[in-house]
Amino acid sequence: MIQQAFFIYFACAITILSLLVVTRKNPVHSVLWMLLLFFHIASLYLFLNAEFMAAIQIIVYAGGILVLFLFAVLLVNIKDEVKIGKYIGAAPTGLTFAVGLLVVVIMSVRSFVAAPPGIYSIDFIKDATHTKALGMILYTEFLYPFEIASLILLVAIIGAIVLAKRRLKG
Amino acid sequence: MVPLHWYMVLSMVVFAIGVFGFLARKNIIIMFMSIELMLNAVNINLISLSHYIQDLRGQILAFFVIAVAAAEAAIGLAIVIALFRNKATAHVDEIKEMQG
Repeated sequence: MIQQAFFIYFACAITILSLLVVTRKNPVHSVLWMLLLFFHIASLYLFLNAEFMAAIQIIVYAGGILVLFLFAVLLVNIKDEVKIGKYIGAAPTGLTFAVGLLVVVIMSVRSFVAAPPGIYSIDFIKDATHTKALGMILYTEFLYPFEIASLILLVAIIGAIVLAKRRLKG
Repeated sequence: MVPLHWYMVLSMVVFAIGVFGFLARKNIIIMFMSIELMLNAVNINLISLSHYIQDLRGQILAFFVIAVAAAEAAIGLAIVIALFRNKATAHVDEIKEMQG
């Protein structure tokens, strides 16, 4: 009962905060609401016994990506933002698509059947600790994807520098 | 115990809000934030499924989604900065050089 009450609070908060993120006129307000949203999502991960993912969510999203967004928002001029309308002309079409997608996918949830349970039960994770259990899989079974992820991050760093660099004259 | 379907419905609601923001907003930075919102919705789904079917591989997948989201944010915001330097605007409907 208390679990369901907690879940309902987090679900309502996450929905309202997502709506605030996409509807605010000032992008700085959007970024700050998104910070609160990421903390709520991290709490939801704690609720799912995924404490390492909650830590990663706060460190990478709230600490890294949102600071990047804040820098970009402050570098781009937002003076005229408050004068021009928020939405493009085709916004009702976007709303129709989003609501249609939501209805179709929620109707398909009812026919979802979960897979048979695997070996990583809560007791197993409690014995091995969550971070260690995750690391055991990440560095054995998913070693090549892990290396590819590091390559993707390297390419992203170089690409970001090349794109944002000022062209030298002459 | 919270049913798994609740988590999936929450994830879909957040995803739909992200789709709406991406399709309807004029500011390109808010559009990127909507993409992050959609990736977060996918992460909620992956981690709740990983918990309920007792398989940690879903969390590994969410881990990679976070890594790709970080790379995407860096590249996307670099493009926004380059665009703002050349066009002095962050509104997608004022960028129409490629229109025939």
